[in-house]
Amino acid sequence: MGLENLLLGFQIAVTPFNIFVAVVGVLLGTIIGVLPGLGGANGVAILLPLTFTMPPTSAIILLTSIYWGALFGGAITSVLFNIPGEPWSVATTFDGYPLAKQGQGGQALTAAFTSSFVGAFFSIVLITFFAPLLAEVALRFGPPEFFAIQLLTFSSFVGLGGGNPLKSLASILVGFLLASVGLDIVTGQLRLTFGFTDLMKGFDFIVAVIGLFGIGEILLSVEEGLRFEGAQARLNPRVVFQTWRILPRYARTFVRGSLIGFWMGFKPGGATPASFMSYAFAKRFSRHPERFGKGEIEGIVAPETAAHAAGVAAMLPMITLGIPGSPTAAVMLGGLIIWGLQPGPMLFKDRPDFVWGLIASMYTGNVIGVLMVLTMVPLFAAILRVPFAILTPLIVFVCAIGAYAVHTSMIDIWYMLIFGVVGYVFKKLDYPLAPLVLALVLGDMSENALRQSLIMSQGSLAIFATRPIAAAITAAALILFALPLVAALRRRGWGLASTVGPSAAPHGP
Amino acid sequence: MRAADLATATVLMLLGGVVIYDALRLGIGWGTDGPQSGFFPFWLAVALVAVSATILAQTALTARPRPFVTREQLERVLRVLGPLAGFVVLIDPPGPLGGLGLYVAAALYLGFYMRWAGRHRWPTVVLVAIAVPVAAFLIFERWFLVPMPKGPLEAWLGY
Repeated sequence: MGLENLLLGFQIAVTPFNIFVAVVGVLLGTIIGVLPGLGGANGVAILLPLTFTMPPTSAIILLTSIYWGALFGGAITSVLFNIPGEPWSVATTFDGYPLAKQGQGGQALTAAFTSSFVGAFFSIVLITFFAPLLAEVALRFGPPEFFAIQLLTFSSFVGLGGGNPLKSLASILVGFLLASVGLDIVTGQLRLTFGFTDLMKGFDFIVAVIGLFGIGEILLSVEEGLRFEGAQARLNPRVVFQTWRILPRYARTFVRGSLIGFWMGFKPGGATPASFMSYAFAKRFSRHPERFGKGEIEGIVAPETAAHAAGVAAMLPMITLGIPGSPTAAVMLGGLIIWGLQPGPMLFKDRPDFVWGLIASMYTGNVIGVLMVLTMVPLFAAILRVPFAILTPLIVFVCAIGAYAVHTSMIDIWYMLIFGVVGYVFKKLDYPLAPLVLALVLGDMSENALRQSLIMSQGSLAIFATRPIAAAITAAALILFALPLVAALRRRGWGLASTVGPSAAPHGP
Repeated sequence: MRAADLATATVLMLLGGVVIYDALRLGIGWGTDGPQSGFFPFWLAVALVAVSATILAQTALTARPRPFVTREQLERVLRVLGPLAGFVVLIDPPGPLGGLGLYVAAALYLGFYMRWAGRHRWPTVVLVAIAVPVAAFLIFERWFLVPMPKGPLEAWLGY
């Protein structure tokens, strides 16, 4: 039953215009991924205004293609410049940069791109089969179930996010509070505006994404005084085919990475732990663990496969439940609303052309993506050689355009500036930004789900324990919330009264 | 680092306090049609106060000598942030005075920053500072029909 739907999707995704859109998207996305200060989430946010006048399916294809491009672009900076564009590319630098310095950059990049492709492809196939099933199940969900899922979403940031769980929690709460500013659509009352008319419209998360991730990231990178001194890479067909001949040796790593990535990825914040976990497993099962960190191809294959499998898997809850698994997916969800679509399980019934066009475009987008990056690496690497004094104001300019376009409102450019400074301070103090953004996106939805649940039960929280599906999900969420507490208590049991480590050390297995 | 951490936690606590104050005004109980407007923000804010108080205590108990920013780092950040804020002011300053619009402000900002921070040659500066906003104008105003804030120059040109 799924196959004819997929076929329908391909008929939509493989029109000349949509292929063109995908090519442009991948190109822009890769540039965004390579540029400092721009990544998947804010890149998609900035280019969102370009999609306002497009048909929704082409619009989502553009945004997802930007996302694929950004994921590929992150690998280029990691390998050639030792700069992980995103947290989940950190593990790629361990072996990628040493290889590039040894003059094997082409091989490293081929391995990275191919692994990304394999990981992404694996997840797309799983999405093709699981998404309709999940949507079918989700159709029977009521407000308590949706609220429970949202609880689970945020609990995984606290329980699995690494770093200081209290700070993750604070970020989530700040995001929710920002979301509640403005008109309360249920009662029609103004909340937290204190008489300022500008606050009535509330805070748009797209502006927050551009400020927190875009401007904040620029401030962070200038502070470190980044110099882009990259290794050179020659990437010609010979190198590509030679590398492809070696890669089948790592079949087990590919499969393991894909599985880890998918499993971790459909939960929020999963891509980073997935990449580290996959790296650690590959090292443990390798016959030459001592080579890891010095330029081992398998050390690129493992994290890249997992990170991309996770990056794609993050789209699963976005399409089926209307709950984004990552800030990028959140921005796309915002796009859906702007284009006049209602995200959630009904989308499969109401707009099969959109959903299946999107799923089919994941296949085409990734094929186009891997071909483009393999052939155009020198071009993308050249972007980082553009002088910093031109790149910085250029990125700021583009960010300002993106922020203004959301509501054609000047106040949003000011918010962008403020969010930029907040993002810089939060990032330095290890307050994670992704949960803040997701809370800002889901704020209204969560509140409505909670309110409706409480109305159903006449104000009793017991509703989350008596409905079986809601109870199971709520229990899982509570366990995740409690996880850091248990860990802290256990540490105390060993006589160490140390508080939870403040450093956002990457979370290993 | 410690001072900045303490300050941030304090700000978050105050923020929580402000929200609680407004939530109490809105009502945090049960209205005629379910939970009142202040219900959800109230409990979030209570949690935020509790969490930031714990962070405050945690930070106060652990000494961390590493500074939040070195003088040098702060200088580098301000050298980006200053022109950035200037750019935003130029687009449309708060108050009755009209701004220059996005494109002209961007040209000035690009030109200033390239010359001041990058010491690029004047021909390059002028070329980039004009070409980039013009390209953006064509893309957004003409092709994708997304209007941006405009100033006297655009008005004079008939937009």
